[in-house]
Amino acid sequence: MTDKKYIVGIFNDEDVVMDAVQKIRSKGIKIHEVFCPYPVHGLDHALGYERPRMGVPAFLFGITGTCLAFLLTFWTLGIDWPMNIGGKNFFPFPTNIPIVFELTVLLAAFGMSFTFFFMEGLGPSVKPIIFDIRSTDDKFAMAIDLNKNTVSDSEIKAFLSEVGAKEVNVKEV
Amino acid sequence: MAHKHETPSLDESFDFSPELRKKLIISAIIGIAMVALGAFLIKNHWSIGVWDAGHGAEHAAEGHGGGEHHGATLFSRIVANLWMNSVYFLGISVVGVFFLSYNYVAKAGWYASFKRVPEAFPSFIIVPALVMLALFLYPDTRNIIFHWTHHGIMEVGSENYDKIIAGKSWYLNFPFFLVRMVAYFGVWYYLWTQIRKYSLLEDETNDLAYYYKSRNYAKMFLIFFAVTSSTAAWDFSMSIDTHWFSTMFGWYHLASWHVAGLAAMMLTILLLKDKGYLKAVTFSSIHDLGKLMFGFSVFWTYVWFSQFLLIFYANLPEETIYFRERFSGHGGRYFAPFIINLILNFVFPFLILMARESKRNMTFLKLACGSILVGHWFDFYQIQMPGIAKDQGGIGIIEWGTTLTFASLFIYFVANQLSKANLIPKNHPFIEESLHHDI
Repeated sequence: MTDKKYIVGIFNDEDVVMDAVQKIRSKGIKIHEVFCPYPVHGLDHALGYERPRMGVPAFLFGITGTCLAFLLTFWTLGIDWPMNIGGKNFFPFPTNIPIVFELTVLLAAFGMSFTFFFMEGLGPSVKPIIFDIRSTDDKFAMAIDLNKNTVSDSEIKAFLSEVGAKEVNVKEV
Repeated sequence: MAHKHETPSLDESFDFSPELRKKLIISAIIGIAMVALGAFLIKNHWSIGVWDAGHGAEHAAEGHGGGEHHGATLFSRIVANLWMNSVYFLGISVVGVFFLSYNYVAKAGWYASFKRVPEAFPSFIIVPALVMLALFLYPDTRNIIFHWTHHGIMEVGSENYDKIIAGKSWYLNFPFFLVRMVAYFGVWYYLWTQIRKYSLLEDETNDLAYYYKSRNYAKMFLIFFAVTSSTAAWDFSMSIDTHWFSTMFGWYHLASWHVAGLAAMMLTILLLKDKGYLKAVTFSSIHDLGKLMFGFSVFWTYVWFSQFLLIFYANLPEETIYFRERFSGHGGRYFAPFIINLILNFVFPFLILMARESKRNMTFLKLACGSILVGHWFDFYQIQMPGIAKDQGGIGIIEWGTTLTFASLFIYFVANQLSKANLIPKNHPFIEESLHHDI
C-alpha cells in the first residue's frame, strides 16, 4: 500500500456539508471526495465535477451493435441461407429493424456498464477504501488528500472544525 | 436540495389583451375565408396549392346511399379537413387533463410550477366536440366521413349489403356511436371542470383537502381514458376505413395525441416565458418536459413501426390495403405526407432533442415543438384523408385555412383560461418541490 494520508471531516447535516464544500474550495483546498448516506442534490455541482461524458461510449457501443446486427442478419438471411418468407425479398429492410434495435440497446447498455466499472475502478476483487463506515448510515464524510494539497495539515484540520465538522480524523492507507 | 437561490414572485396573472383577442378572432375569420377562396379556386380549376387536386370537382354528388362507388368531391375535402382538425385539436386539448391526471396520481411535484398550462387546454374540447357532433348528425357529411353509415349497408338483400361491415353492426351503429361520442366529450370535459375547480379553490384557501379531491377525479379520468382513448381512436379514425382494423391502433392514436399535446404544452410555456411570464418555472422542469417529449416521440415511432411491421410481415391483403392506399393509392398523393410524417415526428425530434443541452435551449426546443406539432398534423392527415377525401385530397389553401381557424380558436380558448387564474398554482402542495426542482 502506498502511504497516502487523508484528513476526514465528519459532518452531521447536509446543509452544513454543502456550505463547507464551498468554503473549503474557495480557500484553494482540493477535496478528494465527499461520502453521503444518500444523494445530495447540487453537491456534485458544488464539488466542481464535470458532467460525465457517458454519451460517448454509449454511442460507440451502440453503433457497434447496429453494425453487428446488420451484418448478422445480412449474412444469415441474405447470403448464407436465403429463405423465402411470404414472397418478400431475401433481405427486406423493415424486418431487420427489431434485431438491429435490440442489439444496439444491448451493446450500449453493457458497454456503458463496463465502461463505468472500468473508469471507477470497480470490480469483483477490488477493495474500496472506506474512509468512515458511518457514511453509509447517517454521517457525511469529507476526505481531503494531503499529498495533493499545499496547505499544511494542521491548518486544514482547524479549518474543517471551523466550517462545522463534528470530528476530524486522519486516515492513512 | 438546491440551495440558495431566490424564487421569483409567484403572483403572476396573464394579461389577455383586447388586441390579442381581436387578432385571434380576425385570424380565425381569415382561415374561414381561405377555405372559401381555396374552394372557389378549385371549382374554377385554378389550383395553386401543393399537391392540389385541381380537377374533378364536378363529380355529381351521389348523395347518401348511392351506388357502390362513392366519388369524393370538393365538399368531401372540406369535410375531411374539419373532421381531421377536430380530432387533432381534440387530442391536444384532452391530453391536458391526461397529463394532469397521471401527474396527480403519481404524486409528482416537478410539473406544479407550470400546471396551469395543461389545465387551460381542455377548455377547447367544446369546439371540436360541437363540430364533430354536427358533422355526424348531418346525414350528408356523416356519409362522406363514414362508409358504414351508408343506407342499406348492413341489411341483407340490399344492393349495398356488405357482409363484413354488417358483422360490425353491434358496435358501429348510429345510436351507440352517438352515445359514445357524447360520453367521451361530456365525461372528459366534466372531469376537467372538477379538477380545474379544485385547483382554483386551492389557490384561495390553503386547504390540502382540494388536492385529495383532485386526485380522486384524476383517478376517475385515468380509468375512463384508459378505455375511451382506444375506443375514441377506433371511432374517430379507424372506422373511416371500415373494413380495415389494427389492434395497435388505439395505442398509436393515443401516442400521437399525447406527444402533440406535450409539444403544445412546451411551446405555450416557452412563449409565455418569452413574454416574461412563468419566471418561477426552472429549466429543470422544462428539461423534464423535454425528456417526455423526446421519449414519447420515440414511443410514437415504436408503435407506428410495430403496426407497420406486423402488417408488412403478415402480408395479408385486407391489412396491407391500408398502407397500399397511402403508398400509391389515389395517384400517389398521400405518399409525401406519409414520409413527411416519419421525418417530422421521428427523425428530426430524435436528432435534435438527443443531447442534454438541447433540452435546455429555448431555440432547439421550439424547433422540436414545431416539428412535432406539424408532424402530428400530418399524422392525422394521412390517417383520415385517404378514407374521406380520397382522390380529392391535397394540401392547399383549404388545409391551411381550416388549420388556421382551429389554431386561432385554440389559442383564444387557452389564453382565455390562462388569464382567469394566477399563472402559478401558489398553494399546490408540491409547489416548493417544483420551484427547487434540480436535475
